[in-house]
Amino acid sequence: MIFGIPIQAFAGQLLVGLINGSFYAMLSLGLAIIFGLLRVINFAHGAQYMLGAFIGYLVLAKLGIGYWPALILVPIVVGLFGIVVERLALSRLYEVDPLYGLLFTFGLALVLEGVFRYVYGVSGNPYPVPPALAGGVNLGFMFLPIYRGWIVVASLIVCLGAWLLVEKTKFGSYLRAATENPKLVQAFGVNVPMLLTLTYGLGAGLAGLAGIMAAPVYQVSPLMGSNMIIIVFAVVVVGGMGSILGAILTGYMLGLAEGLTKVFYPEASSIVIFVIMAIVLLIRPAGLFGKDA
Amino acid sequence: MADATVRASKAGTANRVEMMLIGLGMVALLALPFFVYPIFLMKMMCFALFACAFNLLLGYTGLLSFGHAAFFGGAAYFTAHAVKVWGFSPEIGILTGVVGAALLGLVIGFVAIRRQGIYFAMITLALSQMFFFFCVQAGFTGGEDGIQGVPRGTFLGVFDLHDEHTMYYFVAANFLLGLFIVWRIVNSPFGLLLRSIRENESRAISLGYSVQNYKLAAFVMSAALAGLAGAIKALVFQFATLTDVAWQMSGEVILMTLLGGIGTMAGPIFGAGFVVALQNLLATSDFPVTIATGLIFMICVLIFRRGIVGEIYAWLNRRRGEKPE
Repeated sequence: MIFGIPIQAFAGQLLVGLINGSFYAMLSLGLAIIFGLLRVINFAHGAQYMLGAFIGYLVLAKLGIGYWPALILVPIVVGLFGIVVERLALSRLYEVDPLYGLLFTFGLALVLEGVFRYVYGVSGNPYPVPPALAGGVNLGFMFLPIYRGWIVVASLIVCLGAWLLVEKTKFGSYLRAATENPKLVQAFGVNVPMLLTLTYGLGAGLAGLAGIMAAPVYQVSPLMGSNMIIIVFAVVVVGGMGSILGAILTGYMLGLAEGLTKVFYPEASSIVIFVIMAIVLLIRPAGLFGKDA
Repeated sequence: MADATVRASKAGTANRVEMMLIGLGMVALLALPFFVYPIFLMKMMCFALFACAFNLLLGYTGLLSFGHAAFFGGAAYFTAHAVKVWGFSPEIGILTGVVGAALLGLVIGFVAIRRQGIYFAMITLALSQMFFFFCVQAGFTGGEDGIQGVPRGTFLGVFDLHDEHTMYYFVAANFLLGLFIVWRIVNSPFGLLLRSIRENESRAISLGYSVQNYKLAAFVMSAALAGLAGAIKALVFQFATLTDVAWQMSGEVILMTLLGGIGTMAGPIFGAGFVVALQNLLATSDFPVTIATGLIFMICVLIFRRGIVGEIYAWLNRRRGEKPE
């Protein structure tokens, strides 16, 4: 018993919090990468996450393509979709106020959500847990479904991979340089427009990957994206979009905070992240890891 | 969003054509309920006022709020509760809604003005979503059912608002009052200062103005006017539900303003009229409203950033041989 709460319930809610936090981390990471270079807040990030889950669901139902191939296929398809969007539309908006980027991607999110709602309705569709990750292990103090453990590990790997890509590779160094001063980087012969396109594709692909990973945990529904994106916005405000590591850490922290609230005061669990956001804004307006005031 | 805003008509320079158009609009406002379904017109007026209140913030102060549904829907709940449960008269009920929305605006605005630009949009969205969840759980809102069967009451104890035409003129009077307030704010020294914040915030600060206080004041005024629109809507339709506080509603009011013309007086009215008419049209067809809304958003942002009224102003300016902005 911890604070009068059975340890199973306590650990169970913490695990749920950790799972949610994994998705917050992966999504806010993509948002931060896109915003860093493109100065666009990608409102369609939630819709691209939903798209990932739906493509995974559809290729399984129609073509019999299972979880593991989908884990590769889905991010590529969603990433390509992102590249098309960037080339056709977003690239025309870099010269105007960044708010237009937000409004355009908001419209895109509405269209994507609307199309899937129209075709598949609002009810959720179940996605089976892949056989290799079915079942669970008894840890003594709690029962851990293997798939949930996998989510935590896989999301840590994805976040670490993205961080290494941005901080330690040639591509990442171009990306960071272009974030600081795109004109100068262009003058050095780097194809900055191409870099912008690839970055948006990468961000969208990450959202798609989070989507297919989420499919067996949550129901695959057209509404799953818009429920997620507003929370992820709050996460991003709390973390500050200055650092990628900050976005990842804040994602996990707020997921855990949400889980803890479910244990002690369930009524507040849907708003706790927003309350934390308001408090952080009052004390430290730039966000926990933000550099700009 | 300075590049898309069009110079609003300055105080006192309303020329003869504009006066004529305003007069024509007034006559139409009086005569229309005899030709068009009054409820439909009242809905249009509610949303037009909502969009004008929103434009006060986006068009004239340069702040994009993504959470205005909280004030619109919040006021609808407050008014509905005051009239139905407490038995207030409609005028006091509306006042309750407006004051409630203003207080809500004070709290949300106080937190949100700490960041600018794109962060401001995300923060207002998050805080309004918090209010949405509050409304889902709070007892007085009736949860998923909302507050149903709200009585319209008798205005000043004389005019029975259950009569469709009496209600129409009551709404029209409130609509005009709201528009007049917006017009007065925009064309006051205070409004000019808001515009200077929009154009160059650091310069306004260096001139010694406490920009944060002005922003908060503008936010509260915009919230109160959005509340007026929501309060009236609750009386017109006689219910208040979660739809009015949901984030989709915040998106809708942005669309109305963007489509009509950000930073113009008439733009949001036309934008709201167009969107409400379109929704009415689509309600009878199979085509989902969300998709239409999203498509108009994308088209507006890509090729039509000045909006309908903004494009007309730009066209007139070109004809007069002035440089387009």
